[in-house]
Amino acid sequence: MANLPGGKPQDRQSGLRYPTNGKTIYHRPLNRTKTAELSQASFAYLFSEMVSYAQRRVTGIQDLEKRLNTQGHPLGLKLLDLLLIREPPRSQLRPLNIIALLHLIKINLWTHLFGRQADRLEKSSNPDTPDEYMIVDNEPLVNAYISVPREMSQLNCAAYVAGIIEGVCDGAGFPARVTAHSVGGKEEGEMWPGKTVFLVKFEGEVLERESLIVGKG
Amino acid sequence: MSYYFAIIGTQDNPLFEYDFGTSKQGGDGQPRFSDQARHLNQFVVHSSLDIVEELQWTRGEMYLKVVDKFFNNYISCFATAGNVKFLLLHQPTNPAAGAGAAGAAGTPALASSARSSTSIGANPTSPQTEEAVRSFFAEVYDSYVKAVMNPFYRAGAEIGSPVFRARVAAAGRKYL
Repeated sequence: MANLPGGKPQDRQSGLRYPTNGKTIYHRPLNRTKTAELSQASFAYLFSEMVSYAQRRVTGIQDLEKRLNTQGHPLGLKLLDLLLIREPPRSQLRPLNIIALLHLIKINLWTHLFGRQADRLEKSSNPDTPDEYMIVDNEPLVNAYISVPREMSQLNCAAYVAGIIEGVCDGAGFPARVTAHSVGGKEEGEMWPGKTVFLVKFEGEVLERESLIVGKG
Repeated sequence: MSYYFAIIGTQDNPLFEYDFGTSKQGGDGQPRFSDQARHLNQFVVHSSLDIVEELQWTRGEMYLKVVDKFFNNYISCFATAGNVKFLLLHQPTNPAAGAGAAGAAGTPALASSARSSTSIGANPTSPQTEEAVRSFFAEVYDSYVKAVMNPFYRAGAEIGSPVFRARVAAAGRKYL
């Protein structure tokens, strides 16, 4: 690695600057922060700023949720690669079907982001919508310090997490639309007032491919 | 032995390309492609994408080994989690073996002499070569993920970092 940076003339020409110790992101290990945790308070502060940033210049709740979703999307794309490279080499498998993908989200993604697994994974029981899956979180971390005003009761700021999920699905080649819905306070949701369902609706082509793959196997 | 390495994005757009020669057995690390072959390489690599797209849904491994062969050009593929493809075209230098391979598929191992059969590259489908290419891809993938994790990197953008290029070059020198 003789020609790594260190203030060589050609580096200066390209206008790039390196930290004085010569270390770039390429020098840092990908695995080091596996168990490191971040302060929830600082996250909550940052997230509230993100929500109020997204709230500027929006016309309605749907628009706001869409913006939050867009903020999360690139994160999902990046996390997909990161999560798989952190797996032990033997199980570094790309998800090939919907179930494998949703398991990756429920277990690996959730553990990475929130320190625990998602609470439930369900397939839509409605025969008209076989393309819909639900990931249930009883108490989303992002909503911990958010109280939604009454006139915006439709809003669920976990749309940001929905964006992350959407990014993971899109990145893995399973284009989908993911939305967050609050279901707390209804029937069985009594115990968890903040209960949120992430509705994952896959595009038709995903199901088509799924049936082909299963047919082959 | 010359190599052409390309990273192809999800929209079949090239994100990065680099050509280099072998550094094993006294190689100087310089590619030995003719001027015409340089243009041809891009075609050959892109034409193998169709095969990759079929293969990648049948196997969950990232390393798909040699997926395509065009005369004396062998193409190894590595599909990342985000469906970005790493493609490595390798071209054994031995012209006699090349002619044999072009004539009848699967004969390069016979054509290459006992001396060169142990070298990676002389026989692109041997387990040694497969392992060397796997190590190369693994190291590049590590750097690639770091490049992608950069908060200023937009998915599907070209990777222009000179540090990344140096890392790929180092991996090439180390394994191929």
